[in-house]
Formats: sequence, structure tokens, C-alpha cells
Amino acid sequence: MKVLRLFLSSPAAVIGFALFLVVVAMAASADLAYPGDPLDLAGRPLQWPFTNPRFPLGTDVQGRDIAAVIFHGARVTLAIGGAATAIAMTIGIAVGALAGYHGGLVDEILMRLTEAFQTLPNFLLLLVFIAVFGSDIATVILAIGVVSWPASARLTRAEFLTLRSREFVQAARVLGMRDLPIIFREILPNALPPVIVYASVVMAVAILLESALAFLNLSDPNVPSWGNLIGTGRAVLRTQWYVSAIPGVAILITVLAVSLVGQGLNDALNPRLKGRP
Amino acid sequence: MTPPLLSIGDLTVALPRGADRPFALERVALDLVPGEIHCVVGESGSGKSMTAMAVMGLLAEGVEATEGRIDFRGCDLLRLDEAEMRKVRGREIGMIFQEPMTALNPLRTIGDQIGEMFRAHTDLSGPEIAKRVPALLADVHIPDPAAAARAYPHELSGGQRQRAMIAMALALEPAILIADEPTTALDVTTQAQILALIRELQERRGTAVLFITHDFGVVAEIATRVTVMQNGRVVEQGAADDVLDRPQHPYTKALIAAVPSLEPPPRPRLAASHEAALTIDHVSKTYGRRGLFGASKRVVHAVRDVSLSLPRGATLGIVGESGSGKSTLARLIVRLLDPDRGAIRLGDVDIAALSRRALRAQTRHIQMVFQDPHASLNPRHKAGELVAQGLIVHGTPRKAALARAAELFALVGLDPAGVDRYPHEFSGGQRQRIGLARALAVGPEVLIADEPVSALDVSVQAQVLDLLVRLKTELGLSMVFITHDLRVAAQICDRIAVMRNGEVVEIADTVDLFAAPRHPYTRALLAAVPGRHWIPPVPERRIVGA
Repeated sequence: MKVLRLFLSSPAAVIGFALFLVVVAMAASADLAYPGDPLDLAGRPLQWPFTNPRFPLGTDVQGRDIAAVIFHGARVTLAIGGAATAIAMTIGIAVGALAGYHGGLVDEILMRLTEAFQTLPNFLLLLVFIAVFGSDIATVILAIGVVSWPASARLTRAEFLTLRSREFVQAARVLGMRDLPIIFREILPNALPPVIVYASVVMAVAILLESALAFLNLSDPNVPSWGNLIGTGRAVLRTQWYVSAIPGVAILITVLAVSLVGQGLNDALNPRLKGRP
Repeated sequence: MTPPLLSIGDLTVALPRGADRPFALERVALDLVPGEIHCVVGESGSGKSMTAMAVMGLLAEGVEATEGRIDFRGCDLLRLDEAEMRKVRGREIGMIFQEPMTALNPLRTIGDQIGEMFRAHTDLSGPEIAKRVPALLADVHIPDPAAAARAYPHELSGGQRQRAMIAMALALEPAILIADEPTTALDVTTQAQILALIRELQERRGTAVLFITHDFGVVAEIATRVTVMQNGRVVEQGAADDVLDRPQHPYTKALIAAVPSLEPPPRPRLAASHEAALTIDHVSKTYGRRGLFGASKRVVHAVRDVSLSLPRGATLGIVGESGSGKSTLARLIVRLLDPDRGAIRLGDVDIAALSRRALRAQTRHIQMVFQDPHASLNPRHKAGELVAQGLIVHGTPRKAALARAAELFALVGLDPAGVDRYPHEFSGGQRQRIGLARALAVGPEVLIADEPVSALDVSVQAQVLDLLVRLKTELGLSMVFITHDLRVAAQICDRIAVMRNGEVVEIADTVDLFAAPRHPYTRALLAAVPGRHWIPPVPERRIVGA
């Protein structure tokens, strides 16, 4: 396929994709590499990395194996990134498509709602949700999804505004097609490429939001997430900085990978924006 | 013969790898003599614009002249470096483009942009430039030149913008003017004025003009010499009269034969008592509404109290310039827009009064063919699905609908195997056939055709028109045909309504309208058709009327 070939022709995109595959591989092999609960006490607390062959990445304040938390944390991170992004994109696309296609009063109402979400800083909004509904991991994912949709709604709406007056959409209306099939079968497939690219941004931000919550000890403490590990390392940041730094690097690499893949997708889906080779 | 001012010899321009052909131009030779208007004519992809760009040294990145020479004043333009070329452009060779709105900078005044020519190429002082600019604008007959110099591009009409572009191109009195389709984006009456202006300036100053066009009418109107191009090669060259009246090359002959004649073919008159398939009764539509806080916005009367009737089995033409409301009227008829007032009766049903649900059931009786063959087909669906769409919407099972789509492909002259291909794999003319098949799939009685051939090359246009007329007769359709092109209207319509500013100013049977136009505007339109005195020499191709 042409898009795939273009995607693979960009070194940044390939590196990003490879890094992403590494994270996926870590998540998949977590149970094999580190069976058992990664949150259990594994050894003496605060051992530096590379000092004990049993704990290559050392142990944290509570004597957990950091390497085990990193492997199992990859699962949580991917779950949060994937699920929250799916929620945000679903809401965003639905709102943007309805507003852009119908225009008029529907557009007016939906866009004012979108602006209401956009004017509040989304991290503050997220804190409110967590404070009200608790910090169970499912709630956290849902809350991150609910605060992340406005930008994708605006993007979808903009695409719909240009596409809805195209002649092929008029032709579908002249044929007597109903609104929903026109929106989802005719317009949406043409509007998706930039929205898909934007999904990578949403995913990166969702991962960061969860980490930020965990850093404030507000995320679900019963899951082995990278953010939680950073949070526990905060107390010993000045002396045993590696406890926070190792999951920090893991987050950095994952977000970088997602962003590079998004950039590569953008270049592949909009080849005209890129300079000719 | 006078020695040529500009001599293009054996010019070959290579396209980047992966393009649809290796060379954009192959061994193109062309001489431009002082004081002539040399038309380069061809269909899209013939390389006519590429020739102009090569002369100006403005070839796109990756496109290169690999062979040949362009001699001008003793030097080869292809060998000049960028700094030397800049001195030639504007000062020695001026250029005007197709779309004056995009060729002008919207953020600077017209006077400022014309003055730029002097600032870039001469040492004239500011006040001196300020004096020259209105004089130039007066030269191209812009009313109130001093005000036009202060105006921004959007404040002028399309024709005035093109005049300003010409003033700019001629500011430094270049020896050569290159005009790349300068009238294609303009209305026919404006086009006539711009063509007259170019000829007047050319005669007065003795400028040599290289005029790129696709329109043989324009060639007949303005050319002294003609070069015909096809697929990057020159196929015929000669004096305008020779090429137009005694074409030698088969391609030229075919092109000229495809130009519709302005003479309507004889056809049976419509009986006065003919039953109407579609009646438009006092329909009006305005755009613009009150703003949010009651501030009244400008209201545009797009369609004003229009009443028309389409006799069963006939073709009703609606002609007019841009902004005349003809496309709005088409969209009102199929209810893509809702009329403010009036009734649109299809048989006994008033379409204008139907609810959206009831309207969906009616859509199978009235269908539309659109203008742009690239925008009117959804690029994500296969061609067969596009054609089957309407049938599926109206309840035909998917499998039967797809089988019917293959039959319709054959009906419109396409290979039925093409149903599995995507729209981008078809040419413009083929896409228009797919659009027609889609409209015919649901078995309509009335077909609304909104400029269905104006985006097509002339030879393809003739084929699509032929197909349209043949199917109309075979299927017993009644048709509303919207066009800006009076030549096409003359060939295809039984009756023509002329629209201006949302109103129908004249309606008459085609033969009467061309023989004895009554309204002054109709007369002006007819007088502005380029090349109206030229009668194509080849035996008239017959587009069979109903």
C-alpha cells in the first residue's frame, strides 16, 4: 500500500514505530519476565541499579523491583493511552461531525459546549473528576478521555465544513440518502486522515496526564503504573534520583515513539506537505 | 519575413521520474515575430502552459529543460542564471495569468503592486512612479484610475483585476507579453472586453503576444498565427486563417470539429400546449440574514421570482454569467436549497413544499449531474458502488444494485469491468459518465445538468454531450441544462432562458433566441461569444436533437 510505503520511507517514523514495538513487547512479556505481583516486596529497599544482579534496575523505597514495575507498567500505560484516546476520539468525532454537518443551531450548541471544556485547563478538570468520582483506574481512564476530546471535535468539524459542500455530498443528498449514512459513509472516511494523526497527540497527552496524576499520588495506587513509581520516588528525589528517573525515561521514550509515529503518519497521509525527495 | 523576436528551438523538457510520461515537451519549435499575436492552443496536458513557463524560466522544481534553446535578443534564455533571468522577466517579457485574484497580493493596493515593477527594474523616484501608475491604469481603460490605484484587489471586479494585471505586465513596455489563459476565469462579456484590450494594446505598442488558450473561439477572435500542441509536441503551425479554415493535421481537424457551432441545428418546434414535466412557479431565494444582534447584513437576491416550465421530453437551457443565479436555481429544483417562496411542481407534486422524509421518496424522479468531475465522486468508494448507491438507498438489494451498476456502465459507454476501480483511476470524461450513470440509476424522469461539460476538454465535451443527448432520447428524459457556454446551449437545448442577477430576462425557443434576440442583455451575450464570425470548416457534426 502506498501509505505504508511512504510511512516506511521516513527514518523518524520507523524509529518511532520500533520504539513503540519495544514498549508493546515489554507489556506482552511482563508475565513471563516478571511473574507475580510487581507491587510485592522483592528485596532490600533503595538498591542502586547495576549493584545487585537480581535487580538490574534497582529497587524503590518499598523494596519493589523497578524493572518488574517498568515491564508491568508498560501495560497500564498502553491501556491508558489506548482506551483514553479511543474515548476522546469517539466523543470528538461524534460532536465534530454533527456540528460540522448540520451547522446552524446544532453547531452553535455543540461548539459552545466544546468551548466550555476548552476554557478550563484540562488538568484541573481532570482533578475535579478524580476528586468527585474516585481514583479507580477505570475512572482515571474515563476522566482522561472526557477531558481530551475538544480539540479533536474542532478538527473534525473543520474537515466536515469543507467537505459537506462538496459535490459528492450533494449528489448523495440528491439521491435521497439519510443524514447518518452521509455523515459516516460519505464524509467521515474523507475527514479521517488529519484526525487519525491528531490521535497520536491525544495518546501522548493522555499518558502524560496519568503520570502527572500519579506524581501527585492521585492515580490508582493499586496498579503498577510508571507514574506511581515516579510518585513514590519523589520522597527520595535528591538522594536516590534513579527511582523517579527510570520510569521518567520510559515515559519520555513512549511519548516520543507515539509522536514520531504520528508525524510519520502525517507525512504519509499528506504527502504534499512534505518537500519532494 | 521579419526576423523572430523569440525563437524556441527543439525545446525538450523532462518530467521527474514517476510522472505519467517522460517528457512534458518534446522538440517544441516556435518563432514569435514582432507585432503578432501567436496563439498556442491545445487540450489539458498538451504542454502549452509548460512552454510559457520555460520561456519565463519558471519551471517547477524537478522539471528541467534538457535540450534545445530559447533565443531572445541574441542570448539563450535557458543558459541565463537566476540574476540575469530576473532582468528579463517583467522588463523584457511580461506575463499575465489565468486567475487575477490569486496572481495579485491581497494585502497590497493595486497601485503599490504596479509600482513594484518600477521599483524593481528602474531608478524612478517615488513621485515619478506615483504619476506613472494611474496613467498605466488609464491605458487599460479602468474607470477612475486614481481610485483603482488605491484599491485592494478584492475591491475590483474580475475583469478590472485582469486589466490591472495587464497594466502591470505592460508597465515597462516589454517586447513580449505572455498571456496564459488570461480570460478563462472571466465571464463571456468581460472576456470579450479583455480580448479587445489585448489586441488594442498590441497594435498600439507593437508588442509580440504569446497567447496560451484551449478555446478555438478565442483563437479565431484574436490570433494572427497559431501553434497546435498535443502531448508535448507541436502538431501544426501556421497563419490563423490557414489553421482554422484549412487544418491539415488530423488532431487539429478533430479539435476544430469538436467545437460546437453557434448555429442551432434545425429541430421540431415545441407545441405550445406541450405537457410540462417540471414547472417552476414564482420561485425566489435570498442569501444573507440578520446578524445575531439584529445588525442587518447584506441581502443577496440569488433567484428573484423565476417562473419556467420544462415541456416533457424537451431540454430547457438556462444560460447566464457567474452570479446570475443559474446554479442556485438548479439546487432549488432538487431541494439542495430551500426556496423562500414559490412552488416547484414535478407532475402534481410540489417539491418545494415536501417534508424531508417525503422528499427522499421523490428523489428518484428527479436527479442531478454535477459540474466538477473530480469533486462529484467520493474518492473512497469504488465506481460501481457510487452508481449503485441510489438504488440501495431506494431499497434495491445490494447485490442486484451492483449488477445493475455494471449494466449502467455499459449504457454510458464505459467498460463494465471498471465497477471495481476507484474514481481517481478514471479520466475526467469517464468520471462525468460515472456521474451520469449514478443519476440515471434510479430511473429519473427529469435530469438537472449543472454545467456538466464545462470542466472537460473540447473533444471530451463533444462526446459527453452526444451521450447526454442520446440517452435523453432513449430514456425519454426531460432535461434542464445549465451552462454559461452559448455554443453548447445552441446545440443541445430546445428552449433557452437567459438569466441575469437572479432574474430571467428572456425565454425563447433556441432557434428564435439566436436568430432574433429581443432583450439587450441577450444581444450583448451573443455579441461577446469569442469567434462568433468564424464558422468551423469541417462538415458540421450533428448532435441529434430530441
